[in-house]
Amino acid sequence: MAETKSLIGTQNKKGQTYTDTWKMMNEAPRTPSFFTGSEVIKEALRRASCDVMIAYPITPQSEAAALIGELFAEGYIGDYFRGESEFAVMSQCAGSAFGGARVFTTTAGPGTMRAMENFPMWAGARLPIQMIVTCRGINSPLSIQPDTLEIAYLLNTGMLVWHAETAQDFFDWILKGYMVSEEPEVHLPLALCCDGFFVTHTKDVVNLTPADMCLPPYDPYRSPVPCMDMECPPVRMMRDPFVMKSNYISYATHASWQQEIWAAVERSRKHSIHWLNGLIDTENTDADIVIVASGTAVSQGREAIRLLEDEGVRCGLVKVKTLRPWPEEEIREATKNAKHIFVPEFNVTGWLAKEIRATVPNPHRVHAGPHVCGGMTMPPEIIVSEIKTALGMKTFSLAGRGS
Amino acid sequence: MSKERIQISEALYDIMPSDYQDLVKSATYGKDDRGWKDIGTSKELIEQHSLCAGCPESMAFRYILASLPNPEDTVMVGSTGCTSLVFPMVAVHNIHSLFGNQNAIASGLKRALSVRFPGRVKDVVVLAGDGATVDIGLDMTLQAWFRQEKFTTICFDNELYANTGGQESGLMQKGFVAKMAPVGKLFDKVRLPEIARESGCHYVVNCTVSKPSLVEKVIRNAVHIAREIGPTYLQLYTPCILEIGKNSMEGLQEMRDSEKPTERFAYKEYISDPAKQLLAELAAKDKERKAAAKQLAAQAQAN
Repeated sequence: MAETKSLIGTQNKKGQTYTDTWKMMNEAPRTPSFFTGSEVIKEALRRASCDVMIAYPITPQSEAAALIGELFAEGYIGDYFRGESEFAVMSQCAGSAFGGARVFTTTAGPGTMRAMENFPMWAGARLPIQMIVTCRGINSPLSIQPDTLEIAYLLNTGMLVWHAETAQDFFDWILKGYMVSEEPEVHLPLALCCDGFFVTHTKDVVNLTPADMCLPPYDPYRSPVPCMDMECPPVRMMRDPFVMKSNYISYATHASWQQEIWAAVERSRKHSIHWLNGLIDTENTDADIVIVASGTAVSQGREAIRLLEDEGVRCGLVKVKTLRPWPEEEIREATKNAKHIFVPEFNVTGWLAKEIRATVPNPHRVHAGPHVCGGMTMPPEIIVSEIKTALGMKTFSLAGRGS
Repeated sequence: MSKERIQISEALYDIMPSDYQDLVKSATYGKDDRGWKDIGTSKELIEQHSLCAGCPESMAFRYILASLPNPEDTVMVGSTGCTSLVFPMVAVHNIHSLFGNQNAIASGLKRALSVRFPGRVKDVVVLAGDGATVDIGLDMTLQAWFRQEKFTTICFDNELYANTGGQESGLMQKGFVAKMAPVGKLFDKVRLPEIARESGCHYVVNCTVSKPSLVEKVIRNAVHIAREIGPTYLQLYTPCILEIGKNSMEGLQEMRDSEKPTERFAYKEYISDPAKQLLAELAAKDKERKAAAKQLAAQAQAN
């Protein structure tokens, strides 16, 4: 088996120093940089000690996938290639992770759906692959606009699912994400989602860690399941294969494995709290009205709160950072004083509102909306209008809404 | 993995399963001249299996496992089907992920092993049925060849979807009446060996598994060429006796009948020029090695 001694403080072939991740993320100096979200993904990968990245074009993640190709050409990534479809790419990611590599890929919208069969397989095989999901519309008629419907499909795959609000979240969470998903007691894939275009194609000031520091490399021998590289003795996995046999043992084996996957999601909770400083962020949750949101709906909610303050309405905010593990207790606590809970979302079904309704006592307090879908922007005024209407306050009609 | 790595700690020896103790004592890991003749004398990398009595696929499995040139550093990738019932009893690392994505899994795996173990030989061998290779997985089979991925693809061609009960597959013969082909299959058997050649495979063989020596030769060639040059493809007839209405003892004859010169599995072989050169070099080295061993043995006897 390979040496497992710490490499922290030593240099990689690009001259970057393997750095304790906590120090790198919390103590190292940061440089403000004005980058698009896609460029920020590249910068995070530059520091991620990634072994294999596999790419496929689909808007709006194509730019990030291409930029990481540049990193490969520069020698920062072990291997990089374009797969033939999203289903194939996710399978190639699985193969790389089975072989003990730290793996990264990006996807969006219909591509995520095409690849869907792989995600429960990743989780079941305990492969800590990181996948960026730059959300866009998934349904026909074709749309390339941001819409977060695909997140709803990822929630029950057994993957960790985080929803970034800003490019800064993205930079930090890509690096921290590996630390959580590679924990031996977790060892699960991570879908790190953002609202496509809003985050990927807009420029923002992002504070970057030094480019000459990088994550410690992945140690595949800390995996709770054998790494498929013939470096540990092979065993016959089972004397009697349980797959496809209709007997009680097969059901029990599969059931216990499913439970173990979800137990691992639960065990990720403490690590996510540690690295993300909590599963949610809160502001003024003693107010009667609280907005609960994830992704860029949080930013729009924040603006709506500012507008409402001008009119004398006080509002609190809950930013949900991790959807899996689900911050049930935190959301209950943060909304315990709220008479009204508003959940603005960039999708038509309101999957986040459904989760929150299932979480809080007195769920009639939860107003599922406003919803914008099909890629429309969510002006803060729409959130303001929704809140004022629910409170019985007079609101001006908004052009195009028919209200 | 070196052979030393699988030694059992003395303190734990008694509690290891006897099956594992045998594997450590007398398996053929690390043996240069391993081959099908070791079957029955050395601990086999596959013994028990849950396939039907007389299944030709089980014979093929044994010959392949016995013929791998480097099992101590070989990882196999399987797919959904009867092969996935056997892989759990195979003593090399093996991956079963989804149906049809075996060549994509192998692409990622081979690349990861190349990144992690530069300068070391780690062979990857794909083994899947015709449904996985030629139908649902055809895209990924071909693209792995286009990309010149350095691993061997073996298709267990039983000319139908056997595990699900005998439905039509792309490799089924034209006219064969099957479930989902109620009036007979309407198009010809897909010519994957030819497609493999045109898609960039450096070594392609179409044959049955009736002759263990032949299987041993083509497996060794395919793995060596894939390791050094590029993708290789073997299409092996492993009839599903159950689904074509044969008895347990009739599998071997079915293969012999199908490998006659005018039949579907008449021996077909394609070797690219670089692969020919490599095989010639390997044969020369092998000859030298055997001559040296013979000389050593003679000297030892003389002393």
